[in-house]
Amino acid sequence: MTPLVQVDGLTRRFDISKPWLNRVLERESRQFLTANADVSFEIKKGETFALVGESGSGKSTIAKMIVGLLAPSEGRIHFDGQEMDFASGANMRALRRRFQMIFQDPFASLNPRWRVRDIVAEPIVTFGLLQGADVAREVDRLLEVVGLSAADAAKFPHEFSGGQRQRIAIARALSSKPEFIVCDEPTSALDVSVQAQILNLMRDLQDEFGLTYLLISHDLSVVRHMANRIGVLYLGRLVEVADAKRLFLEPQHPYTRMLLDAVPDLALSGRRRKPVLGEIPNPIDPPSGCAFHPRCPLAQDICKADTPQPSVTPTGQAACHFAGKIGEVA
Amino acid sequence: MTGGKMQEPLLTVRDLIVEFPTRRGTLRALDQVSFDIAPGEVLGMVGESGAGKSLTGAAIIGLLEPPGRIAGGEIRLRGERIDNLPPEAMRRIRGRRIGMVFQDPLTSLNPLYTVAQQLIQTIRTHMDVSESEARKRAVGLLDRVGIPAAARRIDDYPHHFSGGMRQRVVIALALAAEPELVIADEPTTALDVSVQAQIIDVLKEICAERGASVMLITHDMGVIAETADRVAVLYAGRVAEIGPVRDVIQHARHPYTAGLMGAIPTLEQDSDRLVQIPGAMPRLNAIPTGCAFNPRCAHVFDRCRAERPILQRAAPNHHVACWLTEEGSA
Ligand SMILES: Nc1ncnc2c1ncn2[C@@H]1O[C@H](COP(=O)(O)OP(=O)(O)OP(=O)(O)O)[C@@H](O)[C@H]1O
Ligand SMILES: Nc1ncnc2c1ncn2[C@@H]1O[C@H](COP(=O)(O)OP(=O)(O)O)[C@@H](O)[C@H]1O
Ligand code: SF4
Ligand code: SF4
Ligand SMILES: [Mg+2]
Ligand SMILES: [Mg+2]
Repeated sequence: MTPLVQVDGLTRRFDISKPWLNRVLERESRQFLTANADVSFEIKKGETFALVGESGSGKSTIAKMIVGLLAPSEGRIHFDGQEMDFASGANMRALRRRFQMIFQDPFASLNPRWRVRDIVAEPIVTFGLLQGADVAREVDRLLEVVGLSAADAAKFPHEFSGGQRQRIAIARALSSKPEFIVCDEPTSALDVSVQAQILNLMRDLQDEFGLTYLLISHDLSVVRHMANRIGVLYLGRLVEVADAKRLFLEPQHPYTRMLLDAVPDLALSGRRRKPVLGEIPNPIDPPSGCAFHPRCPLAQDICKADTPQPSVTPTGQAACHFAGKIGEVA
Repeated sequence: MTGGKMQEPLLTVRDLIVEFPTRRGTLRALDQVSFDIAPGEVLGMVGESGAGKSLTGAAIIGLLEPPGRIAGGEIRLRGERIDNLPPEAMRRIRGRRIGMVFQDPLTSLNPLYTVAQQLIQTIRTHMDVSESEARKRAVGLLDRVGIPAAARRIDDYPHHFSGGMRQRVVIALALAAEPELVIADEPTTALDVSVQAQIIDVLKEICAERGASVMLITHDMGVIAETADRVAVLYAGRVAEIGPVRDVIQHARHPYTAGLMGAIPTLEQDSDRLVQIPGAMPRLNAIPTGCAFNPRCAHVFDRCRAERPILQRAAPNHHVACWLTEEGSA
C-alpha cells in the first residue's frame, strides 16, 4: 500500500543574511540557517505519526512544507502517490482540500472579527463543497461533532475559552472533509484537564472518520499517548524513527535516550535519571559531523567528521554511527 | 521532610484572601489559602492557569500589583508577620530572607549591567563583605549553578547567555544573600525539557545544601513529583488538597486532583483514553457557590452546592477540602 504521505530528503534553508548594504560594509557573506536537513519519513493511512523535538528542532517547518505553506529548498513530498508541485496553483489547490492544519494558538489562528459560523464554513465555501442552507446545517453539525452547540455559531472567538477555541479550529479543519490533519502543538497552550478533552476528541474523530494525523509536540508523554510511530528531531535532522511504545522502551539514538531521561517521573517509579549534558547549539552554526556530538556521551572521532545516515534498527531507524551497537559502547 | 514531627514552620500562610476591586465589583482571586513550609522543605504549588499560584507567591513577597490587595488572613516568616510590613522593611526581606526565581529570567536580570555587577551588588546590599570578597562569592555561586568558565563569563551581560544559562544566573542571584526561602514561579516553563531537568536539579541541590526552603510554583505535576516534599493543589483560588507528594500523586483524595492525575498522559501508563474532567476552571466573576469544583465534579451532592468544604485532615499531614473526605478514606 502506498503511504498517504511520503517525504524524501526534505531540506529547508532560510536566508538570514543582513541587508545587502550592511553585508558589503561589514564584509560579511550571506548567511543561511538550515531548519531541516535531509528529512525522510512516511505516514501510513489511518495512523498517527508524531514528530517530537525541542524548540527550534524544525518541527513546524516540516509541518508547513507538508501542508504547502512553505516550499522546500530540496526534497519531495508525495501525497497519496501524487507529488506536490509547489509551483502549480492548480495542483496545490486540489491537494489542499484533502489536508488541513491545526495550530498551537487557537486564538491567533481564528479571525477575531468573524463569527464562528463563518470561520467553520470558510473551507466549505472556498472549495465549493456545499451551497445555501446546507452550509449552515453542516456548520451546526460540525460544532456538535466537536462538543460545542449549534448556538455557538453566532458567537465570536473571544467569547470562548482556550479549549473551546481549539474545538472551533478542529471543526473548521474537519469541514472540508480532509483525510489528513497536521496538528502543530494542538494542546501546548492548554491546561492538562482541557488537553485531555482535546486529545480524547482527536482520537474519537480519528476513529470515526478514519483520519490520518501528523502530530507535532515537544511533550513526549502526549506523543506516546497519541502516536503509532514517532520521529525524533534534533537540530533539523530526523535522528530516530520508531514504533511509539518501543521508542520509550528501547531508544536507539543517544539523543532519544537523553530526552527520555529528562522527562520528569510522574509515576514516582524511581526511574534512574542520567544527568542531561549541555544545551542545544546555535542552529546557524551547527556542530560538524553528527550535530549531537558535543553532548553525546558516546561520541567518537568519526562523529565529528561524518554525518551519520539513517540505518535500520530493531524498532525503526536511527541516524547514529553506533546505532544498534549502543548497548555495546555504553 | 515528609512525615515525622512538624518543626516550627519557616513560613505560615493562614486564610489568605487576595482581592481585586474593579468597577463591576470585587474579584476574590485567593480565598482563605492556608499552608505552612517547614525549614528545608520543598513545597510544590500546583494548579491550572488562573488557579492563583503566582498571586500566592506575589502576596508572600509583598509584590501584588495594585489594585490587588491582601484583604484578609496573615503571613508569617519564622513567626513574625510580614503581610503588614511597611514597604521599606519588606524590601529588606526580599532578596535577603526570601529569594525569587521567575519564569522569564529577563524579569530578574538588568540588561544594562553585567552578571558580576548584579551579583556583587546583591551580595553587598545584604551582607557586610568587601568588593573582592563579594566577587569571589559570586564566581563561586555561578560555578555552583553550572556556568562553565564562571570566572570569565561573570563579566558578560545577560543577553550573552542562553535561556537555560540565564535561569542559572537568576538562581545564583536568588541565592546570593543566602535566603531562608526561595520562591520559584514556573522556573522552567519557558525552557526545553532537557534544560528543564538541569535547572530543577540545580535548584533543588543548592537549596538543600544551604538549608533553604523552596516554594515551587508550577503547572507541571511531573516537576513537582521529582522535586517537592509536599504539594498543595490550588483550584479557583482555594487549596483543594495538600499533603506529601507521594500520597497526593498516588492516592489523590480530592476529586479534582484525582481527575487531574488521570488527565495527564505519562510515559508509563497505557490507556486509550485520558480521564476527562468536563468544563474548565471558572473565571473569578463566576465562582460557583459551595464547592468551587461542584459543576465539574462527578461526585457532587446537595451539600456541595450550598456549603463550602473546609480543609479537613484525611490522613497524617494530608488535608482535603471536599465533603466526601473522611479520615482514612481512600
Ligand atoms: N522564516 C524563518 N526565517 C528564518 N529562520 C526561521 C524561519 N522559520 C524558522 N526558522 C528557524 O528554523 C529553525 C526551526 O524552526 P521551527 O519553527 O521549525 O522549530 P520548531 O521545532 O517548530 O520549534 P518550536 O518548538 O519552538 O515551535 C529554528 O532555528 C528557527 O529559528
Ligand atoms: N492584576 C490583576 N487584575 C485582576 N485579576 C488578576 C490580576 N492578576 C491576576 N488576576 C487573576 O487572579 C487569578 C489568579 O492568577 P494567578 O495567580 O496569576 O494564576 P496562576 O499563576 O495560578 O496561573 C486569575 O483568575 C487571574 O486572572
Ligand atoms: S553519531 Fe556519534 S555523536 Fe552522534 S549520536 Fe551517534 S555516537 Fe553520538
Ligand atoms: S465537595 Fe462535593 S463537589 Fe466538591 S469535590 Fe467534594 S464531592 Fe465534589
Ligand atoms: Mg513550532
Ligand atoms: Mg502564574
